[in-house]
Amino acid sequence: MTIEEKDHKDQRLAPQQQLLEDEDIEVVSPFRDAVRQLRKNRMAVAGFSVIVFFILLGIFGPLFTPYTYDGQVLTNRLLPPSAENWLGTDDVGRDLFTRVAYGARISLMVGFFAVTGALFFGTILGVISGYYGRWIDMLISRIFDILLAFPSILLAIAIVAILGPSLQNALIAIAIINIPIFGRLVRSKVISLREEEFVMAARAQGMKNGRIVMHHILPNSLAPIIVQATLGFGTAILEAAALGFLGLGAKAPKPEWGKMLADSRDFIQLAPWTLIVPGLSIMLVVLGFNLIGDGLRDALDPKMKN
Amino acid sequence: MTKPLLKVEGLKKYFPIKGGVFGKVVGQVKAVDDVSFEVMEGEILGIVGESGCGKSTTGKTLLRLVEPTEGNIFFNDESITELSDEKMRLLRRDMQIIFQDPYASLNPRHTVEKIIGEPLLVHGMKSAQARKERVKQLLEVVGLSAYHASRYPHQFSGGQRQRIGIARALANNPKLIICDEPVSALDVSVQSQILNLMEELRDQFNLTYVFIAHDLSVVKHISDRVGVMYLGRMVELANKDALYDTPKHPYTQALLSAVPLPDPDDKQDRIILQGDVPSPANPPTGCAFHTRCPYVMDVCKAVRPEWKEVSEDHFAACHLYNDNDQSEEQQKPLMQVES
Repeated sequence: MTIEEKDHKDQRLAPQQQLLEDEDIEVVSPFRDAVRQLRKNRMAVAGFSVIVFFILLGIFGPLFTPYTYDGQVLTNRLLPPSAENWLGTDDVGRDLFTRVAYGARISLMVGFFAVTGALFFGTILGVISGYYGRWIDMLISRIFDILLAFPSILLAIAIVAILGPSLQNALIAIAIINIPIFGRLVRSKVISLREEEFVMAARAQGMKNGRIVMHHILPNSLAPIIVQATLGFGTAILEAAALGFLGLGAKAPKPEWGKMLADSRDFIQLAPWTLIVPGLSIMLVVLGFNLIGDGLRDALDPKMKN
Repeated sequence: MTKPLLKVEGLKKYFPIKGGVFGKVVGQVKAVDDVSFEVMEGEILGIVGESGCGKSTTGKTLLRLVEPTEGNIFFNDESITELSDEKMRLLRRDMQIIFQDPYASLNPRHTVEKIIGEPLLVHGMKSAQARKERVKQLLEVVGLSAYHASRYPHQFSGGQRQRIGIARALANNPKLIICDEPVSALDVSVQSQILNLMEELRDQFNLTYVFIAHDLSVVKHISDRVGVMYLGRMVELANKDALYDTPKHPYTQALLSAVPLPDPDDKQDRIILQGDVPSPANPPTGCAFHTRCPYVMDVCKAVRPEWKEVSEDHFAACHLYNDNDQSEEQQKPLMQVES
């Protein structure tokens, strides 16, 4: 046997050996794989750290101070940051650190519930529209178009004006204006997946529509929805702050960041920290979510895989 | 092979062509145009044809994955064209399909265990333990191993994936499996493994296949009878040997002469067809093949040839074999030779 022949024979044997030894190949679920990708992305990790910081601040922050968010000490008005008041005080002598910490709770909750609400209704409408098509698709898509034709903040103002200004109504308004964004995303994903062969296979197995949607279509459209939800978190917080700034969100003593900005507008020269603290908080949280969103997009995109 | 398991009568599938601003229907693609055949219990019926001739659409229409426009399909003497969605869903236990592309036909987010176990679940096997056992058993039947159950499709090769697809189709012990080009996405060495597996399974589980392919040698290898399709129509259907040895329809003759022989010195007499396949949106009048047929007659352009038995168990749709047309010679037409 010549060397070439021997090489040739070895090559032919190779696949067989692989088959025998592949028992210990690691099983990596797509989710675990995405997390692994995400952890390699420094910006995403930074964004994640910022968000975790604000979550911890919201939960434990108030424990570190003797103050309450609405406790006015009129002798301590507009104090700069010091050992007693870490981030200074506002125009009625309330401790800014305590207020920002409570504000983190409000903003993160607004973000969470607005995104969850928009995601829930957007997904339902998007699935119905994309999966069943025909007139129902026409109807839902046109409603989305109308909602998207308004500048979103204007629409939110209109909704709050109808429902009455309160934090809860601001939250509902933000959820509503975000529904078409998720709805359209889900719809387009469902339409492309509906034509996939594995969806046809599911139908050929004798599965019901509900099962096909829940087990085959939605899990495969998850990636862009997760990305949009993360980015939407930031937008929702920003919109809540804008509504608060306009006096259409949280009411007076509640330390909503946008409201805090609006209240301290007059002291921008006298006591800039009263603006910088809530302003910087909004910026950092939104930036954090955007960084995670971008990282997720890369981690979940099959084209970015090496 | 006594009674027909599947009987198809005058099956048609027209896809609308939408155009204009308002999406009005401006035409129809006649993907399947009046096809009739029977599949006997336990046999393998091969269907061949060029790409775009409607063979895959025919296969999917048989399971009503694509709704037929017209025609009747009988499965076990029961008409399935009018069944409600729910009844059809339950019937899919008995009729299964293996898809062409093993990369697209498995849900990338499900483990093999879920892929094969899901049809069991939806047809009533509620116990997770029982499903697990059955999945293991099926994996071994198709030549994989039980430990593969926890993996995801992307961790398998094309051939292995197709085995998973076969295991999924077998899960509920179907009677009929439509094989929609099951090996054309695989490389040749793997093709033969899968074909042999499918033959073994047929014997083991008494299955009936409708085997759709464009590869003539693959179809010859596996089928008992073979049907040839051209432009949405069945032009010839006969026992494998009869079809390959004495093809009646000029299209079949041309198609068979195009099969390459693994002999470099062999000089073949090839029938080279002129022109292209006409568009199924605007098929020729009369016989669809008349634009390219070397034996075209006036009648071919006007009248669509009848689908009939030209010799025992040998069906064809061609005016060359019209009994009442005595002017036409019954002998096998001379071939136009180009070498």
